[in-house]
Order: sequence, then C-alpha cells, then structure tokens
Amino acid sequence: MIRFILSKLLYLVPTFLGITLIAFSFVRILPGDPVLLMAGERGVTPERHAELTAQLGYDKSVVLQYFDFLGRLLQGDLGHSLVTKKPVLTEFLALFPATVELGLCAIIIATLIGVPVGVLAAIKRGSWFDQVSMTAALVGFSMPIFWWGLLLIIFFSGILGWTPVSGRISLLYFFPDVTGFMLIDSLISGQKGAFASALSHLILPSVVLATIPLAVIARQTRSAMLEVMGEDYVRTARAKGMPPSRVIGVHALRNAMIPVITTIGLQIGVLMAGAILTETIFSWPGIGKWMIDSISRRDYPVVQSGLLLIAALVMIVNLLVDLTYGLINPRIRNT
Amino acid sequence: MKTLLIMASALAITAAAADAKTFVYCSEASPEGFDPAPYTAGGTFDASAHPVFNRLTEFKKGTTEIEPGLAESWDVSADGTEYTFHLRKGVKWHSNEKFTPSRDFNADDVIFSYERQGKADHPWHQYIPGITYEYYTSMAMPELIKSIEKIDDYTVKFTLNQPEAPFLANIAMPFASIVSKEYADTLEAAGTREDMNNMPVGTGPFKFVAYQKDAVIRYARNAEYWGTAPIIDDLVFAITPDAAVRLQKLKAGECHLMPYPAPADIETIKADPALKLDEQAGLNVGYLAYNTTVAPFDNPQVRKALNMAINQNAIVEAVFQGAALPAKNPIPPTMWSYNDAVQGDAYDPEAAKKMLEEAGVTDLSMKIWAMPVQRPYMPNARRTAELMQEDLGKIGVKVEIVSYEWGEYLQKSMEPGRDGAVILGWTGDNGDPDNFLSVLLSCDSAGEGGANRAFWCNEAFSKLLKDAKVTADPAARTKLYEEAQVIFKDQAPWFTIAHSTQYVPMSAKVSGFQMSPLGDFTFETVDIAE
Repeated sequence: MIRFILSKLLYLVPTFLGITLIAFSFVRILPGDPVLLMAGERGVTPERHAELTAQLGYDKSVVLQYFDFLGRLLQGDLGHSLVTKKPVLTEFLALFPATVELGLCAIIIATLIGVPVGVLAAIKRGSWFDQVSMTAALVGFSMPIFWWGLLLIIFFSGILGWTPVSGRISLLYFFPDVTGFMLIDSLISGQKGAFASALSHLILPSVVLATIPLAVIARQTRSAMLEVMGEDYVRTARAKGMPPSRVIGVHALRNAMIPVITTIGLQIGVLMAGAILTETIFSWPGIGKWMIDSISRRDYPVVQSGLLLIAALVMIVNLLVDLTYGLINPRIRNT
Repeated sequence: MKTLLIMASALAITAAAADAKTFVYCSEASPEGFDPAPYTAGGTFDASAHPVFNRLTEFKKGTTEIEPGLAESWDVSADGTEYTFHLRKGVKWHSNEKFTPSRDFNADDVIFSYERQGKADHPWHQYIPGITYEYYTSMAMPELIKSIEKIDDYTVKFTLNQPEAPFLANIAMPFASIVSKEYADTLEAAGTREDMNNMPVGTGPFKFVAYQKDAVIRYARNAEYWGTAPIIDDLVFAITPDAAVRLQKLKAGECHLMPYPAPADIETIKADPALKLDEQAGLNVGYLAYNTTVAPFDNPQVRKALNMAINQNAIVEAVFQGAALPAKNPIPPTMWSYNDAVQGDAYDPEAAKKMLEEAGVTDLSMKIWAMPVQRPYMPNARRTAELMQEDLGKIGVKVEIVSYEWGEYLQKSMEPGRDGAVILGWTGDNGDPDNFLSVLLSCDSAGEGGANRAFWCNEAFSKLLKDAKVTADPAARTKLYEEAQVIFKDQAPWFTIAHSTQYVPMSAKVSGFQMSPLGDFTFETVDIAE
C-alpha cells in the first residue's frame, strides 16, 4: 500500500510543475495589464507606467519572472495581491473554509440524492420514474448556473420568503471566526438561532452548486448499476434465491460504486468551476468569487497562486479517491 | 484571552442589537483596503474615506460645494500660492483594541497624511511593499505642493508652486483623508504597520468595527463625532456584487439601501410600494471621440455633419432606457459654469449629407470603438455603436464596430494615429469643471498618458482653461469655462452622447439619505422608521 501511495505521489510532481507553468502563463496571455486597469479612463503616462511596472517586477523577462515565482514558491511564498497588498495565502485561508463548506454540502446533496435515484432508475429501467429522472438529470446537467440560481432566489426567497437571499448568516449575528466554517462557528458562538440561520443560508447555494454533479452522479450510477446487474454473479445470486434487496444492496451496488466514486471525485473540479458562479450570485465569500475578481483586475499573484492552490486541492482529492478504491478493490492496489 | 474578549464584545453588540438601529447597505464591491490614499475605486472610498475619515475641506452633502472639514477656516495669499489652514480643535480620534489616542487631531496628522504620499523617502511611503498613491500623483499634487509647514499645533501652511483654483476641491477628495500620526507611531512600535490598511482609525462619523473579507463590513456610530453624530447605531455593508440579487435582498428586507440597480429594474422598483427610488442627474458624460488628427476627421465640418446624422434621442431611449439627459456640452448640467446657451446639434440626416458633400467627403467608411464594459455613463456601448452605425449608414457612411479587452481598449484608444472614433466617458472626481475639461480635452492631455481621446488641441480652448485654473474669482472662472464650451461645440471634437441619471433604490422606511453628485454613498444622516 505504501508503494502504491508513493507511486501516486511521484506522478504528482510533474503534474504540479506543469500546473505552475499553466497558472503562470494563463493570466499573462490575457490582454491588458494591471497598471492600465488601475489607471482606468484617466490614463497613465508612459514614465509612470514604466515606473509602476518596474515596482511590481513585471519589467523583467517572463522567463525570469517564472523562475522568481517558482523560487519563492519553494520557500512557501505565494506572493502578495496587487490590489489588497495582502499575502495570497492569508486571503486564501480566510476564504477557503466558505468554499469547502458550500462544496461539501453540495457534494453530500448530490450523492445522497444522485445515488439512490440512479439505483432506482436502473432497477426500474424503462419505467416512468427512469424516464422522468433521467430527463431531469439531462436538464440539470445543461442548466446555466447563473440563471438557475437567480430563478431559485426569486422563487424561494422573493415570492415564498422561505430562504434568505444571499450571504452566509443573518447580519444580526456577529461572532469571531474560529474554524471559518459557519455551521460550526455558529454552534460554538452559542448564540440562539445562529446555527439555524447559517443552515438556512446554505440551502439555496448548495442546491444550485449540487445541480450539475447530481445529474452526473445519477446518470453514472444508473449506467454502472445496469452493467453490473447484467453480470453472471448477479444472475447467480438471484438464481440461488437470494432476496432482491440483498442482491442489489450487496452484490450489485458495491461493484457499481467504483466508477461512481471516480465520478464523485472528478466532480470536485466541476464544483470548483461551479463555485465561481454560485458564489458570485449568492454573495458567498469564497475563493470562486475571489478568483473572478482577481482575473478581472489582472491581479497576477492572486490568479497564479490561487489557481495553483485550487489545482493542488483537486489533485489531493483525486489522490484520495485513488486510495479509496485501492481499499475497495485490492486488484487496483497492486497495479 | 483575546478571543474571549472579542467574543464578549461581540455578544455585547448582538445583545444591544435588539434595541439598536442597524442600517444595512448592500454594497456592490469589496473594498481594496481601508486606507483611502492608495486606492482609486469609489466602492473603496464608500467603505473607508466617507464613514471613517475626514479631510481638511469637505463637499457639502448633496453638492459639490466646498465647506470646512477638519480645517475650520483658511486664508489664501493674494497671489494664490499660499493656503493657511486653521484646524478644528477638540476633534477626537477613534480607538480600537490596539490603539487608544492620547491626544486630539492636530497639525502633525495633516503633515503626516500628505507627506507619506508625496515624499518617496518618508518612512510610511512604502509601509506596505508595492503601495502607490495614484490619486495623489494623477491630481498632480507632487508638482503642485512646494511645501507644507506647521505654524503651530492648529495652523498649517501649504505653499504651492503656482496658483491652482481647484485646490480646495482637490483636497476634499478621498485620497486626501487625514490619518492619525499617533496611530501610525503605535503600529510602528508594535511592528504591525499593515494594520493602517486593515483597521482604520479616523475622525469620521463611524468607527470601523470589523471586516469579513468579501462578505460584511461593520461600523459603529461615533458618539464623539465633531460634526452631527449619526442617527443610526450600527452601519453594516453586506457585499452583494450582482444587481439582481441586491434588489432581491432589498425587497426581502435584508438590506435598506442599494447602489447601481439594473436599468431594466427601474420600473419594477417604482411600482413597489415598499420601496422608494431617489434619482439625480449624474456628474458624468458619455461621448464618442473622433480622432481629430486624421483626415477627414481633422475637418470640424465633417465632425459636425456626423454629429447631425446621429439620432441622440434614440440612443437615450434604447440604451439608457430614458434614464439620461441628451448631452450637448462636455460637462453635465449639474456642474457650475454649464453653458445652457449652447445649442445642441439638431438631428438632420439630410443636412448632414449635404455638409459632407460640401466638405468633399464621399464614400466615407470609419470604425467606431465600443468599450467592452458597462459604466455608469455608458450602460451598453455595443448597442450605442450599432445605433450609430445604422444612423450613419443612412447618410452613406459605412461603419465597422470594433472592441478590445478593457485594459487594451484604454491603451489602444490613446495610441496616436488611432483608426476610428472611440466611445468612452468620464465621471467627475471633485465637481470642478477643470476636472472634465482639462483632463479630457486640453492640449496637455492629448499626448501619451493623457485622456484626450480626440487628440484635439485647440490653442484658444486650452488657453481659456489655463487662465481659469489660476483665476480665484468664481464668476470670472465661470465666464472662461462658458466660452470654452462655445469653442468645443463649434469645433465638435466629440459627439456628446448623454449624462446618465443615477438611481438609488431604498426601503420606504429609510429617511434622510442624500445622494451625492460625486456618486458617494454616505450614511451619517440616514434614519430608519421602526
């Protein structure tokens, strides 16, 4: 098992290096530079432009800048935001828990609904339930997130008044960040109603963020189940007179779970992409919104280091997924 | 222990919140920081300069007139180069967990606030690596201010290199906010200089309490405020970037007031009895700038003809949804010295066609640049360009619409020899006509690094502006600017599109809010009905 983990980790090194290069070049390929955007309609004299560019270190050759970036990265320095002047890591750590909280909630919703729906659709293949749920999944998968979020806000918050419009907790509650996770911090604060408020603020954004992963998980579960249910050992189990619940629950589902877990793992990347829009609509102070703001301001250090941190995170999650089915299926461990 | 203390005070605030009046503002963007000097965004100033700080001079609420701020009065020397400010006594600094002031505001604070921006060798000039003072630089303060002297604790003398009529308006701008020298010394000693930008200490109507990045900013009423203390107890900014979501929050009662509604939502807001809508002509202009150095656009006759071919009212209706005034001058009508006697160009395609023929221009084709972003002065440049394309097509002028990424657009549109006319605009910084006319249309700003995108250099026009800048008498200045507007209209370097109306939706329970022509959002006068 240790050899398995080590070999997986070794793969990460070149991947990570490649990502530093992509993250570094991505924001520089975009036209426009931070100095011009700061100056706006007013304009900036060529001398001042050169002065500011030099001050930021962007007058050096791109190759030198890249090695500077790598060098500092090795010392654990992710740079400072051009706009707020704060260390990128400090900003990331302040915003990251909000994204994790939202992402976890979304993935739990997507899994808890997606897997049973997929299983049921597979068992009742061709039934109305199968058709309705799979059509809904297709619609969900193609849902434009921004529009969907706004629609839910207008209906549930505007017309019905069931959920708050945006934010993480009612502004009446004010307590210090302990963990950065609002659900936990609201409990620690001991303030009456704080937890309920935090929970109610989580509902709409996590449903919106869960929409696409839910659709993917439901469809993947259904097809994996269908495949497994056609296998000989399932037929054998049935023929032996085993109760259907046991056939499906133990024999079929367990084997169908391997591709499903892979899918769930891959959804982390999709979640990150979805978080950018979801966080913007719901004024959710997470790293998605942070990235969007920084890209539009050409805040080079934030974009390159932020992308790197997000990529590292996705890689770690995928590594954990690999290890998980190493546990489920010993054959994978030894390959 | 520290955490416990914070928690205790947090609990106290929440407990008090039951009776306290909390005003929630759904702000649009996160502040870049809380020190007003290094930043340029209006949203940053609404969160820092306006609630927390004061300046020597201030803009009178709801106007662009100057009134005394931290300076109670001032004397100007006969030649207009020496300003002696008499400072207000008994002005208290805010305190926070790291700082308890031992003295009131005085001359040392004024000198510190200016010198840290102006002197490159000042120990606080680079208190955060990479910090720059763009407003101080772009308002030409380094060239203007020769020296600042402390006469005594409550008297400061500014000596200028040349007379500058807009000086008192310039120093009322957010970048000139006065910060505490004693607070700076305290932070220096504690080795936490960056807190100057994180935990601001000012003299303003509200004390800064806390900021949760990208989410919430909290302020508390400054009961010791030297002016009229605010009516509300707590001020909260709920950062909400999307306009549609802001409106939903306003409707749901999650906030009391919001900036920048989407133009399409104005009618819905007007129809809602739980909401009210303040409106005011904005201190802005949207324009189409010809390249007056390239033929045939170097001929005023041609520019005039093109202006007459564009249906201005149609643009105001379609693009601004009626929420704008058709512009005839480069400065808005709310600004002093606006010349209402100037006649706008009549929409007359027939006459325009004839004028072009007379100028010997046939088969003209041109580019119109449409900016890729939305601005208060221009909600949809693409649509505007399309309407212009259609209008100009009617007189036989072929138009190609081009656009670039915003930073590139700003840069390329200032490149000499640029091909095409550019849609852009301007929002005033300080209510002074010089801040429009000199910045956008003078010979000095027609070069690289300027903002004169018509590259228009008219000696007579520029001379009027220069004279006005060193004239102290407002009536005489007004006359000079009025004359300048006549030259502008005659020479037509721009097609002046519109001055857009600014809207502020708020809950019907809110009273006392005053819109600022400068687009600032300030809350010391607001109240909420129970």
